[in-house]
Amino acid sequence: MFDWLFASPAERRLLGTRPLSGPTPWVIAIMTFSIMIVAAAGLALADTASRVATGVQARYSVQIPDGNARLPATLQAIRATPGVSNAEAVPEADMRQVLERWLGPAGAAADLPVPALINFDARPGADVQAIEGRLQAAAPGAKVIAHRDSLGPLLNSLRALQWVAGALVLLLGGACAAAVVLAARGALDTHRFTIEVMHGIGATDVQVTNLFQRKIAIDALIGSLLGGIAAALVLLGLAAGASFAGELLGGATLGVTDLVILGLIPLALTGLATWVARRAVLSTLRTAI
Amino acid sequence: MARRWDSPCGGQLLGRERVLTPIVEFDSIGLRYGTGAEVLRDLDFRLSKGGFYFLTGPSGAGKTSLLKLLYLAQRPTRGRLALFGEELSDAARDSLPAFRRRIGVVFQDFRLIRHLSAFDNVALPLRISGASEQEVEGPVREMLAWVGLADRASARPPTLSGGEQQRVAIARAVINRPELLVADEPTGNVDADMAKRLLHLFTTLNGLGTTVVVATHDVGLISATPGAQMIRLENGAMIDRTGLLKNPPQQRGEH
Repeated sequence: MFDWLFASPAERRLLGTRPLSGPTPWVIAIMTFSIMIVAAAGLALADTASRVATGVQARYSVQIPDGNARLPATLQAIRATPGVSNAEAVPEADMRQVLERWLGPAGAAADLPVPALINFDARPGADVQAIEGRLQAAAPGAKVIAHRDSLGPLLNSLRALQWVAGALVLLLGGACAAAVVLAARGALDTHRFTIEVMHGIGATDVQVTNLFQRKIAIDALIGSLLGGIAAALVLLGLAAGASFAGELLGGATLGVTDLVILGLIPLALTGLATWVARRAVLSTLRTAI
Repeated sequence: MARRWDSPCGGQLLGRERVLTPIVEFDSIGLRYGTGAEVLRDLDFRLSKGGFYFLTGPSGAGKTSLLKLLYLAQRPTRGRLALFGEELSDAARDSLPAFRRRIGVVFQDFRLIRHLSAFDNVALPLRISGASEQEVEGPVREMLAWVGLADRASARPPTLSGGEQQRVAIARAVINRPELLVADEPTGNVDADMAKRLLHLFTTLNGLGTTVVVATHDVGLISATPGAQMIRLENGAMIDRTGLLKNPPQQRGEH
């Protein structure tokens, strides 16, 4: 199955070219670099979306319309409700700070009524409607807001970006395969004479294909490793320097599985290039006599 | 496959019938390139195993096209072509390499691979056949010595003279001891002495059982090969049908 991988010195001399002698390794290096950066962004987005979704899944806020007067009683009622954990009142100062962002200095005015807010987590399996019913008894007009509803659009955007990143990876992979097909045909054209002589002497298509497949596999391996190393350096730079990527190395955004996936991309591209080259060479040779 | 067959001259084999083994059979063969006119028309002949044949005719008569059919670089557009007893006109593409390995070819333009040394060019048929480097070394050195190029083994074709390139091409064609040797103007670029040596090589191979077909304009070559038979082409058709098989191999007492 992997006979093509092993060539004698005489077979290596047949094509008379050295690795890195054509554009193929460089094209594959650029493709690998781009794919790894896009894939890293997609994986980071996936991780972020997953963490946000997990964080807000059981998180609720209770808005008490007539302010702080009923806050202590309501907070006590929530804490006493089965299925509730981590109930905390949002300090009024924090609320006013938020309002100031929207209203400016008027947000800090003492006569501005500020709603009281309590955040709580519902335990798995908790009946949120029952919780809301008990709240209504303690604080009529209180409104329970699920964080997952308010953050839904953001999560949807993150997931859409993941799909975009995935599609880009596929497109770049397709472009890489197309570049390999062109490179294989170019190589066949360059070595047409040698191929004709070999065929004339009795070489089979598989013998000829093995030569080209091996050459393109070596070019692709060198190119994808170069591109992979460049992408790794860029990601490390981003992780070290940029705030949004500051967690990359800590594993908060890119886990071990993500890093393994990124590490496999150069090898996967080498495999793809080798397979595509074999198909392209064999199909081109079959058009000859 | 032995079969009873007759020469194109029909019953003029000196009153005797022979059982000959045809190595090449052309039945109503025609060849055209693309949509052009036929370059070969209605070729009907058989070449017997162990025969020595000269293919002659003016330039443009179709000699090279006929040779291409013989070494399976081209398929006939009509008719039936059989080599080594196997019908090959419509044979599967994958089956052809095995037949090509039984044929040695000396191309008119040598067709040496420029970036390979003379040694590697000559060794190519053996390597393609799967011979190990140990099996390649001796025969290739011997063959290069035979064609007078022992000291040029590592030279690449562009550094060789025309005559030297031709000898490398001949060495490559015969290194595998082919059953059928096809040569297109093999002595066109060599001096008289070398031409004589090459002809001797061909006749030696022929004596060992190789069927030899040589396309040539060299009348000297033909006259220096007594008993050889001649195929003459003009305008893509065989003429002088009585010339072919005038001297079947058995008559020469070589086989």
